Amino acid sequence: MSDISAEQVRHLANLARIDLSDAEIATMTTELGQIMEAVASVQAVATPDVPATSHPIPLKNVYRPDVVADVIPTDKALASAPEHDGSRFKVSAILGEEQ
Amino acid sequence: MAKAKLMDYDKALELFEPVLGFEVHVELSTKTKMFSAAPNNFGSEPNTNITPTCLGLPGSLPVVNEEAVRYSISLGLALDCEIAESSSFARKNYFYPDLAKNYQISQFDEPIAINGNVEVELPNGRVFQIDIERAHMEEDAGKLTHVGGSTGRIQGAEYSLVDYNRAGVPLVEIVTRMIEGAEHDAPELAKAYVATIRDIVLALGISDAKMERGNLRCDANVSLRPRGSDKLGTRTETKNVNSLRSVERAVRYEIQRQAQILADGGTIIQETRHWHEDTGATSAGRPKSDADDYRYFPEPDLLPVVPDPALIEDLRAALPEKPAERRRRLKADWGFTDLEFQDVVNSGLLNEITETVAAGATPQAARKWWTGEIARLANAAEGDAGIDITPAQVAELQQLVNEGTLTDRLARQVLEAVAAGEGSPRKIVETKGLAVVSDDGALIAAIDEALSAQPDVLEKIKDGKVQAAGAVIGAVMKAMQGKADAARVRELVLERAAAL
Repeated sequence: MSDISAEQVRHLANLARIDLSDAEIATMTTELGQIMEAVASVQAVATPDVPATSHPIPLKNVYRPDVVADVIPTDKALASAPEHDGSRFKVSAILGEEQ
Repeated sequence: MAKAKLMDYDKALELFEPVLGFEVHVELSTKTKMFSAAPNNFGSEPNTNITPTCLGLPGSLPVVNEEAVRYSISLGLALDCEIAESSSFARKNYFYPDLAKNYQISQFDEPIAINGNVEVELPNGRVFQIDIERAHMEEDAGKLTHVGGSTGRIQGAEYSLVDYNRAGVPLVEIVTRMIEGAEHDAPELAKAYVATIRDIVLALGISDAKMERGNLRCDANVSLRPRGSDKLGTRTETKNVNSLRSVERAVRYEIQRQAQILADGGTIIQETRHWHEDTGATSAGRPKSDADDYRYFPEPDLLPVVPDPALIEDLRAALPEKPAERRRRLKADWGFTDLEFQDVVNSGLLNEITETVAAGATPQAARKWWTGEIARLANAAEGDAGIDITPAQVAELQQLVNEGTLTDRLARQVLEAVAAGEGSPRKIVETKGLAVVSDDGALIAAIDEALSAQPDVLEKIKDGKVQAAGAVIGAVMKAMQGKADAARVRELVLERAAAL
């Protein structure tokens, strides 16, 4: 059975700034529950000798040297911004703060 | 903002035990950012050090800066941490425009360094072992300027301007374990801990470590445990603490504030608090989010960091001496008393004295000049540009004293001239004619004149009342404009008096 509640879905939607209707939350709860069940069945198969991985290909240590390369000109960077002051992006004041 | 009621500090400590924890962010001084080849420069024009990766533009991909990894490993080793065999990056998701991607690349369950320890020495000589839980790599966020409203702070702002130059600058976040037992020393310990981290990263050469520029930032966690209880109190996390002195003040403030609330029967809210340098107070920020709310997950665009053990050993071999070890070595080498050495450490003069000794002065002479006359001149010059005296100049000055060219009194005059930028001590002695008159002939002439001017004194000396010689010595020193060695003058006065 699904171990995700409608309340958790509502909380997640809120964190993700997605406005969901009650009907959408009900649908999402069912669907996310099914996904969780699928994950649970994979977890049941995985034994301790199978290390967790976040990548399908076992690559590691992909680095770049500490050398400066081209930057975007400021005007180009700002070109697609809805609002700017000529050098900085203008955003609405948000009640919050740096994390 | 209503000013919080504060309990007297000693009273607060009687009732509660402070429990501390610190998160120190260190900006690494690599040439480029953590995940992109944009320059890592402070003070550039807004949005000039940015690439598509810094802006999180579609199609852009982060690539790890190898130098930043090396710096992070060095820092981990300097903190006596274990370096993880494999470490990985994670996304910390939150919505705030200081990062354009809506997430920060950080490390979560697999940090690069864990389980370390730092030795911190307090001004009173108490030595503290601080356990490090972890040190992890992450990227810094951009800088927001809030416009409108009266305070320049977020409250009342109409809009905000974002500069992404700092977004993506490599950071290492150092997280301590819970620190108990600091007791009355808690504020001093907070300051000393951050100063120690600063000294370590400066010695490693991996950060500019300027707190006023935000290269080094400290979040201080404070909670209070009632005496006799084993239950931890609710903690607050104070941010925006931009100087060593503020770290100390902020911790003291939180102890006093929380103590008053608890004593009044209130409860502490788990929240971030902002330190205000101007008012010397903290104000409530946002409620602290649960780690779960950041929905950390493995960063799919980056691969694990699996450092070559040989690289780790190379970096370990290249570690500079730890600040605590260096202090122990210098104290033994210099032969200072505890008090003398503590005075030097507290005045931040270890480097100056080390260099002065290297330039040829004895440790005691170096200490005497730096903690004495130079400190006095520096205090007197406060508000101005300060004073500029080099260790080499101090060693040269002491050499002139040792040679007998200068008395202590003349040396102080020369030092003042050095501080005023008039050149090296030797040059000042020459141009100002400040050298001791070591020509006995000139001294004897002055002594004979003084003795004949004070025949009664001469008689007393002849009668064996040598303390009477003081009047003659004074007159001679005056005639020599102070440029004579008083001990030599005394010798000669007694000789001449006996001969006359």
